[in-house]
Amino acid sequence: MKATVIVTLKPTVLDPQGITIHRSLGSLGMTDITDVRQGKIFNIELKDGRREQVERLAKEVLTNPVIEEYRIIWEQV
Amino acid sequence: MKFGVVIFPGSNCEQDCYYVVQSVLGQPVEYIWHEETSVKGFDAIILPGGFAYGDYLRTGALAKFSPVMNAVADFAKEGGVVFGICNGFQILTEAGLLPGALLRNSGLKYLCKFEYLRTETVDTPFTNLMTKGQLLRIPIGHGDGNFFADAGTLERLEGNGQVVFRYADSQGRTTREANPNGSLNNIAGIVNEGRNVLGMMPHPDRSSEEILGSADGKLIFESMVNALVERR
Repeated sequence: MKATVIVTLKPTVLDPQGITIHRSLGSLGMTDITDVRQGKIFNIELKDGRREQVERLAKEVLTNPVIEEYRIIWEQV
Repeated sequence: MKFGVVIFPGSNCEQDCYYVVQSVLGQPVEYIWHEETSVKGFDAIILPGGFAYGDYLRTGALAKFSPVMNAVADFAKEGGVVFGICNGFQILTEAGLLPGALLRNSGLKYLCKFEYLRTETVDTPFTNLMTKGQLLRIPIGHGDGNFFADAGTLERLEGNGQVVFRYADSQGRTTREANPNGSLNNIAGIVNEGRNVLGMMPHPDRSSEEILGSADGKLIFESMVNALVERR
């Protein structure tokens, strides 16, 4: 099966990259977009049903809990 | 007294640190490869600047899994003097030896220039030769030096006097304009609660001799020597 881990900065943490992207949208006329937050995506393949190590990976390696949070999307293939 | 300078794959300031300890301070120093599992025999450990593991994932994120970091954590727990410079600071926060995190610079640019630092606390093994409020001219060189901590942690850091250095102007004012990277409260360096672990983004290893534009960084290394002599 596949797992997609999405890591984003916590809402309380300033995201200079997202802010810069958002700012530049004005000059493209994309004024309906009210906010942009940048994050990371990890595409992972794993043995069926063996979710534990992916959960550990997301928590202990892919995310710094001081500034980031994550969610995992599971996909049976 | 023996200093150890840890080398991770991707470190690039280990020679600067080694040189300062050996040639400027005249103290014994050895490199410690990151796969070592012990730091026995060392009195102070320096985590140098660079891009450990290419800074992939996050700065310092993968270096914290190097075998030597368990030994450094035990060493710190027992009161050992640990000094992380730049990438070394980032590694210490990732490893949980220092609170907070270093985010991308608010201006998104890599910054390489001299800064004034105001010494906020002299009650540490790294600042015992300075006076409170003393200005040091020390260069920065980083893309991710924007210190962040949640409100509670920040309050604790300030309350305990754990903020060691703040970015300031030439008059010692810690203004917004003097803050190069967006760090909360202009924080450039902090110690842990035990005050034996210091992390700072600026590079005293690049400013310990007048020929480099400033010798102010030497005061930090000399303070370490002073503290270690007193411990004996």
